[in-house]
Order: sequence, then structure tokens, then C-alpha cells
Amino acid sequence: MKRFFVNLGLLIALAVALAIWVKLPWPAVLALVVLGALWMAFTRHGRQAASVTGVGVSTLRQRLGSSAVIVIGIAGVVGVLVALLAMGEGYSQTLRKTGNADTAIVMRGASASEVMSVLDHDSIVQIVQTPGIARDAKGQPLASPELVVAANLPLKGGSADDEGSVQLRGVGDEAWAVRPQVKIVEGRKFNPGMRELDVGKGAAQQFAGLVPGHQVRLGSQLWTVVGVFASGDAMDSEVWGDANVVADTYRRGSSRASVVAKLADPQAFDAFKAALAANPQLKVDTDTTLAYYAKQSEGMATVIRIMGITVGLIMAIGAMFGALNTMFAAVATRAREIATLRAIGFRGLPVVVAVMLETMLLALLGGVIGGALAWLVFNGYGASTLAAGTVGKLSFELAVTPELLWTGLKWALAIGFVGGLFPAVRAARLPVTTALREL
Amino acid sequence: MKYFHLIWAALFRRKTRTILTLVSIVAAFLLFGMLDAVRTSFDQAGQSANGAERLQTGSKLSFIQTLPQALGARIAQVPGVKMVTYANWFGGAYQDPHNQVFSFAVAPNYLDAYPEIAVDPAQRKAFDDTRTGALVGETLAQRFHWKVGDKIPLQSTIFPDKSGNKTWTFDIVGIMHAKDKKSAGFYDQMFLLHWKYFDETTPYNRGTVGWYVTRVADVNQADRVARAIDALSANSDHETRTQTEQAATANWMKQLADIGLIVGSIMGAVFFTLLLLSGNTMMQAVRERTSELAVLKTIGFSSRSVLAMVLAESVLLLLIGGVIGLGLAAVLIPGVSAHSGGMLNLPTVGAGSWVLGLVLMMLIGLLVGALPAVRAMRLNIVDALAGR
Repeated sequence: MKRFFVNLGLLIALAVALAIWVKLPWPAVLALVVLGALWMAFTRHGRQAASVTGVGVSTLRQRLGSSAVIVIGIAGVVGVLVALLAMGEGYSQTLRKTGNADTAIVMRGASASEVMSVLDHDSIVQIVQTPGIARDAKGQPLASPELVVAANLPLKGGSADDEGSVQLRGVGDEAWAVRPQVKIVEGRKFNPGMRELDVGKGAAQQFAGLVPGHQVRLGSQLWTVVGVFASGDAMDSEVWGDANVVADTYRRGSSRASVVAKLADPQAFDAFKAALAANPQLKVDTDTTLAYYAKQSEGMATVIRIMGITVGLIMAIGAMFGALNTMFAAVATRAREIATLRAIGFRGLPVVVAVMLETMLLALLGGVIGGALAWLVFNGYGASTLAAGTVGKLSFELAVTPELLWTGLKWALAIGFVGGLFPAVRAARLPVTTALREL
Repeated sequence: MKYFHLIWAALFRRKTRTILTLVSIVAAFLLFGMLDAVRTSFDQAGQSANGAERLQTGSKLSFIQTLPQALGARIAQVPGVKMVTYANWFGGAYQDPHNQVFSFAVAPNYLDAYPEIAVDPAQRKAFDDTRTGALVGETLAQRFHWKVGDKIPLQSTIFPDKSGNKTWTFDIVGIMHAKDKKSAGFYDQMFLLHWKYFDETTPYNRGTVGWYVTRVADVNQADRVARAIDALSANSDHETRTQTEQAATANWMKQLADIGLIVGSIMGAVFFTLLLLSGNTMMQAVRERTSELAVLKTIGFSSRSVLAMVLAESVLLLLIGGVIGLGLAAVLIPGVSAHSGGMLNLPTVGAGSWVLGLVLMMLIGLLVGALPAVRAMRLNIVDALAGR
């Protein structure tokens, strides 16, 4: 009965400890490590624990096979977890980078995304003249009316019939001015009034024939690709052409989808928004591009995150039981040795600490290997999806950030902690006499 | 089979170890079951007998571009076409723009092209007679607690009415059910409204059609009919692209994500770890039974039957864990689908997944057992009994 309550208490304490552990920032973890090291260096029990751990670690080589189960099992968990989280991170980073606090995007009211919005010519004239927009050297407002549509293009590496969707943005000269990050890396900008296209670096990788000098079919028309641009954000997945010509092809007349405006300064946004709302001729919504793109990435990023954590959790349970198994076996084979220590006066605590430390060291090694593998293989790995709020394939790169690696290590240590705790407690509870009699 | 109890006893000789290993195996196959469900739901999308005889005709330019309504009559003239219907994307959302609803403005005969959707005849009649009527899928109705007779506001994220108002009012006149939940669960999430009401209310549509759906008389003629339909508008300003529903859905899914690759790499990592883990367990199990195995051999068991028994033990271990894991997945998946609020619609663990799973269990069992089994087979009785 007593043992049952002790075990129950242990489980509850464990759950609480894990909950705290997940939230713990790295300085607190560092403090814990330093505290542990001090304890081991300067107290009697601590020194005992250190020497018992030393013995355990030195015999690891004889248990190479079973110790490898812990290391590789945990490396697998951390690798998969970090890779999946890196996918979500890369996706939202790409969208987040696209926006900033001092550009505003204006769309027709209640439109969820650019492609769903329609602004007629009169509205655009009004929007562009709204106070709060920065002006260029000639005194013209830095605002770019843009048309956003989708185009079907053949996918790279697919059969001729394999078509994908790319976001086509019809722009004027102002588009380059409101987005200074977009730079031509090959070829030239399209000429106004011509069926010419500039293609983003990401789009050029996804679709066939997007090479300067080549012609592509949009519907029944032939367009010439004249340049490649790079921006390092979601624009990379787009194709740009002259707004009037695109509007012609898609029979949009003089209407546009959105106006992207450079604000005089980030503080001007509230006034700009109020001015738009106060204009009775306009029925539009506005947001900073930062907020707009953050909102677009929200849903998908959450889905990827939940998927990653679910997969990671199930794998972690598997790895944890693997670790339990190994450590129970390790304690069993060393039962005699542990009993001897207890017989000559070592207390329970150092034994518990020693077994746990050994497991956590193995787990740490697994975490480092898993994280390193994920970083080596997946950092910068190209992926693509149909993003929410756009109508084309969005290419992005998986981003293995230090934060994700840290999360992985924390998971590894948590698995090691649980996997070591129960065997350690068993080792400490080992009745000395029975263990010694098993000689 | 007559040695079953012997194998069973050997397996549970050390209960803690076997159970701990089993939990790991259960976790691995639980994951396998769930991920395989995701993969099949992507693979199977649009694959049904009805889907094969339906063609989708959209603008060649892009899926957001609309087509003239007059094209419908010309498509109906193409030999081999049984019926033509059309629909527009409405882009509805309920209450909050984030609560997106799969809503389509459809022609009066739209449902005739989808015999796999069941609607009560009286409700279908009510839909035909009500200008502002709407048919909603079963799951969708449950999600927002809608009932027949409700008047609901739905905002369109794309189409305002003539005065710029974006909220449309609909009368729910009926509920749709997919007849086959496994391959057509999507229909339970749909919201159908009249194309005529839609076109007359919004100034942005101007009599155009999002896409045409054509049923062909003979599935084998589908490709020829598709080419004939596209030929109708060749070199016009509204060229079309016609695909079978299957091909269109597959293309869409492929653009969404390379699910096969993701699932494949995760399962690769999981099974590699599992191999190592259960391999370790079997090695320990055989190592500590060395003397027992020697006794078996002494009393006349052949080397080959000792090999078979160890292999059977590891296969049994994998089978018990794997079946529990897959069973658990089958139990959990409907719950996951229900709680995702319509985001996920996973089929439960299908026959294909079970077969693949069982093959994997056998294979991993044999692989894991191979080394210890060979060791047991080669056991020298004298050495083993002497404890050398």
C-alpha cells in the first residue's frame, strides 16, 4: 500500500516537473546545471553521486548495444520533431519577412486575401491620395495599385499535362519602390505595355520554362520571360507583369485587387487607417503588411506545429519505454555492484542521481545527434505548398533555428529524465541482502 | 503450433521487459496507422467510380478565371456527353472570416451529376423552389448547429451585392449526406446555393461560370470527350482545360504537399529505431536463456526448431504490439477528425493499411529475430551448459 502511494506521488511529481521543464527558459536550465555541479563538487552526497556516476559511465562500453538504443531512439525523436517544426518555422518566417510595419495594404472591405479583393479605378485614385503615404523625390505618393491573379503553368519535372498554379501580380513602376527588397538578379525589368514577365527565384525553381528569353503560354497568349528577381520572402514565389497587360488578359478592365503603400513612418498607420475609414466614398480595409502576412501564415503554421508535436509525442513515448527498458536492464546487471555500494554506507540519493545522470547523458548525446542531423539535412531544404491567402505555390525553406534545436534538446532530456527515474528508484530500493545473495 | 505455449512462456519470461518493449511497438504502429490514414486520404481523394466519369472544365488561364455561360450548351452537344452542369466558387464564411465554408453557387441540375450525394426528395424539391434556399452537408450543419428551416447569414469573402453589402441570407432547406463516407466525406462539408440567385445579386459575376462538370456516357471515352470539349474554345479568349475529377484532385493534392515523402521519412526514422529497440530486447532475451536453450537441445530439439522458435517469438512480439497499435489508431482517428473542426477528414485504418502493417510487423519481427535466432541455433550444448 505504501509503495503504491509512493509511486503515485512520484508520477504526480513527474508530471509537474515535466510541465515546469517545458516552460523553463535557458538561463534557468543553466542555473540548474551549475547548482547540480556545485552540489556534486562540494557536498558529501554530491561527491558520492559523482563517483558512482563515474563508475557507471566507465562501464558504458560493455553495454554499447543497449545504450545505443537510448541514443538512437532519442536521436530519432529529436530529428523528426525538429524537422517538422522547422517546416512550420520556415513557412511562417517566409510570410512574416514579406511584411513590415511601415507599409500598408489596402483591400476591399472583408476580403480575406488579395486575390479575393476588387477595387475599382475611382477607389484607387482616392486611396493613393490619402494622407500618411510617403512621397518620392518628385512628390508622387509611394503607392502601388496591384492586380493579383493566378496562372496555370507546367510544373518542373512533371509531364506536359502536369500544371501548377502560380500567383501572377500585375504591377506598375511603384511596386519596385514600395518593396525595396525585391531586386532583379538576372535579365531586366519588364517594359510597360508589353507581354513580358519577371519571375521570382522560387517560382523559377518550381515551374518549367521560367528562364529569361523563354516564352510561356498564359491561356492563349505567349508571354516572354525577361528577368528573374529575388527578395528572400513570399514574393519569390510570384511572377510579375505589367498591370495593364495582365488586366487585359484577365478581363479586369481598370480594376485592381489591392494598393500597397509605403507609409511616411510606422506611426502614421493609425492616422492613415482613420483617414480611409473617414472617406465616405471608400469601402476598404487596411492593415500593415506585417499584420496581413502574419495573419495569412497563422492557420497553416499552427497545423504544422500540432502535427509535429503529435508525431513527436508518440515517438517520444516509444523512445521513453526503450530507455526504461535499457536502464532497467542496466540496473539489473549492476545490482550486485549497487548493493555493495549500499552495504559499505552509500545512501540511496547518490545511487538515484547516478543512474539518472547516466541516462540523461545518453539522452543528451541522442538529442545532439538528432538535432545535428536535422540541421545538416533539413536546414534550407526547399519545400512548397499552396499557401492560405495566395493562389499559387509558395516555396519556402525549412528553417532549423537555435530555438528549435533547444526545444529538441529539452525534449531529449525530458525523455532521458523519465526513462532514468524509475530504474534509478528501483536501484535505490534494492534490498541489500537479497541483491548480495544473488551472487 | 504445438509449441505455442512454449513460445508464449518464453516471451513473457520477463514481464517488465516485454511490456516495455510492447509499449514502444504499440507507439510505432499507432503512428504508422495515423500517418498512413493521412497518406491514403490524400491518395484516395477524388478516386471513385463516379469521379472517373465526371470531367471538370475550367479556364486554362487559371482556376480563378470564369467562363462564359453560353459554353455549357456547346459542351452538351459534344458526342459522349451525358449531362453538363456548372458551379461557381462562393467563398463563404460564417460569422468570422476565418470560419471558411466550402460554398458553391450551383446550377439547378448540379446534384444530378453527383449521385453519391443523398438528399431527401422533399428537401430537394424545396431547394428547387426556394430562390434563397441552401443545401448543407451533414457535418457542416452539425458544426454550426444549423437545422432545416433556419435563416442564416453567410458572408462572402469575394462577392458583395449591388449595394456593397457582403452578408447574404440563406434559408436552409435540406441536409446532404455522402452515401460513401470513406471516399466522399468532403460532401458533408459543402454548402450549395443557387447560381441564379448568386448571379442576380452580385454585380461582379455578370453571367459567368466558374467551372463546368460533365458526365460522360462511357468512362473509356473520357479522354476523347475532354479533348473535344477543350477544342470548342481553342484559340478563343477563354480557352479551357478539361480533366477527369480524379486527375484534377490528384493534381491539387500534389501541389498542397508532398505527403508521401513526409510520411515516408518519418516512418523510416520510426521503424529504424524500432528495429534497434526490439532487436536489443530479443538479444537480451536469448542471452539470458542460453542455458535453457541448451537444455532444449539436449532433450532433442533440433537446431532448426530452436531457430524457428526464437524467430516466432520475435514475430509474435511485433504482432501483438503492432495489432494493438493499429487497433488503437483505428479507435483514435475518428476522434481526431471530429475534434479538428472540419479541418481534417481522415478515413479510418483501411484494409490496405492493415495489410501493409501486418507485412511490416512480420518483416521487422524476422529481421529483429534473425541475429539472436542464429546465435541460438549455433549454440554449443556443452559450452552453454558450462556457462562459457
